[in-house]
Amino acid sequence: MHRQLMKGNEAVVRAAILAGCRAFYGYPITPASEITEAAATLMPKVGGVFVQAESEVAAVNMLYGGSSAGVRCMTASSGPGISLMQEGISYLAGAELPCVIADITRGGPGLGNLGSEQSDYHQVVKGGGNGNYKTLVLAPNSVQEMADLTRLAFELADRYRNPVMLLADGFVGQMMEPVEFAGKALEPGTPSWAVTGERETRGNMITSLHMKFDDLERHVRHLEEKYRCAEQLEARVERSFTRDAEIVLVGYGIVGRILKAVVAEARAAGLRVGLLRPITLYPFPTSEFRAIASHARCVVVVEMSTGQLVDDVRLALNGACPVEFYSRVGGNVPGHDEVMALVTRLAREMDLQARLEEMGVAHA
Amino acid sequence: MKADRGQLRVDENECKGCGLCVEACPPHVIALSEGLNHHGYRTAKYAGEGCTGCGMCWMVCPEPGAVTVLHLVAATVQAGGVECTGN
Amino acid sequence: MPEIGNTYEVAFERPKSMYAQFDRKEDLQHTTHYCAGCGHGQVHKLLAAAIDELGIQDRTVLTSPVGCSVFAYYYFDVGNVQAAHGRAPAVATAIERSRPGATVISYQGDGDLSAIGSAEILHAANRGENITVIFVNNAIYSMTGGQMAPTTLVGQRSTTSPGGRNPATEGYPLRMSELLATLEAPVYIERVGLGDNRQIAQARRAIKRAVENTTKRLGFSMVEVLAPCPTIWKMSPVEAQRWVKDVMEKSYPLGVMRDRVKDAEPKPEPMVAPGLAEIPGLLGIEAAVPGEASRSGHRRRGKAVHLGVRVAGFGGQGVLLLGEVLAEAGLEAGLEVSWLPSYGPEMRSGTSNCHVRLASEPIDTPLVTMPEILVAMNEPSLRKFDASVKAGGWVIYNGEEFPAELMREDVHVLAREFTREAQALGDPRVANMVMLGALLELAGVVKAEAIHKALTKLVKSPKWVELDERALARGRVMAREEREQVSRGCGVMVG
Ligand SMILES: Cc1ncc(C[n+]2csc(CCOP(=O)(O)OP(=O)(O)O)c2C)c(N)n1
Ligand code: SF4
Ligand code: SF4
Repeated sequence: MHRQLMKGNEAVVRAAILAGCRAFYGYPITPASEITEAAATLMPKVGGVFVQAESEVAAVNMLYGGSSAGVRCMTASSGPGISLMQEGISYLAGAELPCVIADITRGGPGLGNLGSEQSDYHQVVKGGGNGNYKTLVLAPNSVQEMADLTRLAFELADRYRNPVMLLADGFVGQMMEPVEFAGKALEPGTPSWAVTGERETRGNMITSLHMKFDDLERHVRHLEEKYRCAEQLEARVERSFTRDAEIVLVGYGIVGRILKAVVAEARAAGLRVGLLRPITLYPFPTSEFRAIASHARCVVVVEMSTGQLVDDVRLALNGACPVEFYSRVGGNVPGHDEVMALVTRLAREMDLQARLEEMGVAHA
Repeated sequence: MKADRGQLRVDENECKGCGLCVEACPPHVIALSEGLNHHGYRTAKYAGEGCTGCGMCWMVCPEPGAVTVLHLVAATVQAGGVECTGN
Repeated sequence: MPEIGNTYEVAFERPKSMYAQFDRKEDLQHTTHYCAGCGHGQVHKLLAAAIDELGIQDRTVLTSPVGCSVFAYYYFDVGNVQAAHGRAPAVATAIERSRPGATVISYQGDGDLSAIGSAEILHAANRGENITVIFVNNAIYSMTGGQMAPTTLVGQRSTTSPGGRNPATEGYPLRMSELLATLEAPVYIERVGLGDNRQIAQARRAIKRAVENTTKRLGFSMVEVLAPCPTIWKMSPVEAQRWVKDVMEKSYPLGVMRDRVKDAEPKPEPMVAPGLAEIPGLLGIEAAVPGEASRSGHRRRGKAVHLGVRVAGFGGQGVLLLGEVLAEAGLEAGLEVSWLPSYGPEMRSGTSNCHVRLASEPIDTPLVTMPEILVAMNEPSLRKFDASVKAGGWVIYNGEEFPAELMREDVHVLAREFTREAQALGDPRVANMVMLGALLELAGVVKAEAIHKALTKLVKSPKWVELDERALARGRVMAREEREQVSRGCGVMVG
């Protein structure tokens, strides 16, 4: 148990190596570059591979190669680079190749800016590549979670033979907090399906191509089945004061941290406010949302995007509870005072409505 | 009569009748058949003698197993006994 | 006739490294999917023969491209990885880097390699990856039905150059071998053809040579093969073969473009990986120090701490370092801490700022929008953040003349020429540490010992540590004097 001060981006690489990752292929981009830089320094020390690729297109295809060879491998980028990786992510999912991809999100669209946004939710959670596939998505909110969820990402990638993405905003990547690396260094064995250039694996073949219609349908159904399993088993959330909450705040990553401060302040003011923070964005913690719908009177989704997570929240709630949405974009952060003002207004409205109901006045 | 140094076998099931071996064969001892195989190709046919075993037809043939070339390793002359050995 | 007794032995047959039956293929499992007379089939045979002759079937990994040869894995009884269009060199790179014992061969068409994959091949070659590239150039996109490729000849018709390739708008045939031969790293590049027996025999030698280089770990080798595509060219196989020799070869001269095989050094053997127990140390992960429980959780005794600091200045003033030392010292003192920088081009020019929190309880948000203490290292920073300081808080400003319009009734100010103080200490660059000293004095949250530990951790040179310590001490004195002068406490920050 020893905590040391470190940037989120630097923690990712250390956690990855401890999880047995031995290859990193990267292309620099703010605010993810420290991951690539740390990998350049650390991978050679542990006998791993580091390649600075000529583009994110090459980097993601190197992941395809490294994973084909049975090596735990990863890359990291930000919005524009993740867009370029979508081709490869589709191939990775299609060929059932495990790997980890970190997206330290910046502002968009296009070059946007270097500030922190959460506008990659759609392209990461919904997938930007072709075909019927999913990536598992983990959303850390602290340096500690950058480490813990990176380790988990490698486990899940192997368990489901699928790419796993770490979706963090620029803040989580750039900030320093104390972190403690749990667990021993792992040395994962070579999976039996890998192509390693040895006699035992000569009969192995990696492809995403299935020419016969029935073959492809069978393959896609198999992928679907895996995703259903993950949906049953892997959804994770952080709950804070949700049990009796009338207003439930929802946000992931850094927003989850800000909302936590709002909850503390609101509770101090006597308001029944709670926080539900999705840690996995896919699988989406649908049942957690269904559970709060039984008592919450309003769900407030806060995002650093014009509304991406909120779509999934609405789908999960399926009309069971009204949803309010608040956002800041462009590198701006939803201020804790701004959210507090919204919460106070909502509480007042709800209070008013309750009193009207008590008086027997129907409310339109 | 001296034995041919080589022998050619064409797998009828694999030959696509492209004619590249016919063109490649230095002593011109390969031709395409008159009739068609069950895929509808006129397949390559060895004239029956004159193969030198050079392997040119094998090298130019795009099909992995359509052509097999053999070398003479021990020839029996009329009187019996080994006359020559191939390589 | 006595021939009955003649003994023949098989001399040339189906290569061992090709399957006897193509089980991965849907039907017609005895023949390839290639058209009659296809150059791909010929190159497959030559490549398989090379693999056999070199005795490397078990260690060979073949990456197949997108194009007519996408199904190379139907035929080659070796490890197979099918890659996305044009990306095979990147895929092959990664396989080879992690499996240096493998002989990795990237098989690609001309559309795949010279158009969509032009970046991947260029950089794999430039890095000198230890792979063999078999580049089958048939001057056209065959699989998709005959569109123009970068390699299509001038005047050659295709479905997307129906009037013939016009160099004025479509450029000239791309000579990849020549292009790659301008690079330093490749050890062997040769262009061969399938135009007649002699050419084919040379193709066979070249392919074997390239693969052999890879088995010896000599670096990047590529063989470009001018290959017939009778179907798209709308020729008979024999006509197509002649066209390679009579027409194609004129645009693509055959020959060796690069041969540094003799002088090439094998790539170094990969290092022996360290034991798992050594890994945390190699990663700079600090082992727990016995008895040093203070860092392993938040401080439980002593007064509650809740301090939010904003540090701002111009890039180069040591704004981020100031914040980092403060955070590191807080951690040393057993507090929860967070440090959040502004990042990006701001780091290089213009302004720079960071948020620091020190608390006795877990920190919710690391953003400090209303700091208890603002350290403004220049005037623009002061103007930007002055209004955000919490009532009862402090502004530590690097300048004696505090702009009157920024004066606030509810905020304490320590305005001094810290840079001049630093200069007097020996280096103006320690102004940040003088200011940090003042901050620590005013906030009263971390002891000198913790600061010292933090400093020695973050600042490597003892000379600088010594100077920084003096700067910190000077800052403390300045703050103390100020506080005595106004004789107002600063309990606000530590409530
Ligand atoms: C990203 C992408 N774009 C386009 C295609 C369609 N496509 C398949 S094969 C091919 C051309 C292949 O030509 P070449 O590399 O010359 O190989 P050949 O078929 O001539 O052997 C194209 C454009 C694809 N599969 N993927
Ligand atoms: S080269 Fe092969 S496929 Fe072509 S005709 Fe000769 S045997 Fe048949
Ligand atoms: S279209 Fe051309 S390249 Fe493709 S299989 Fe047929 S002959 Fe070969």
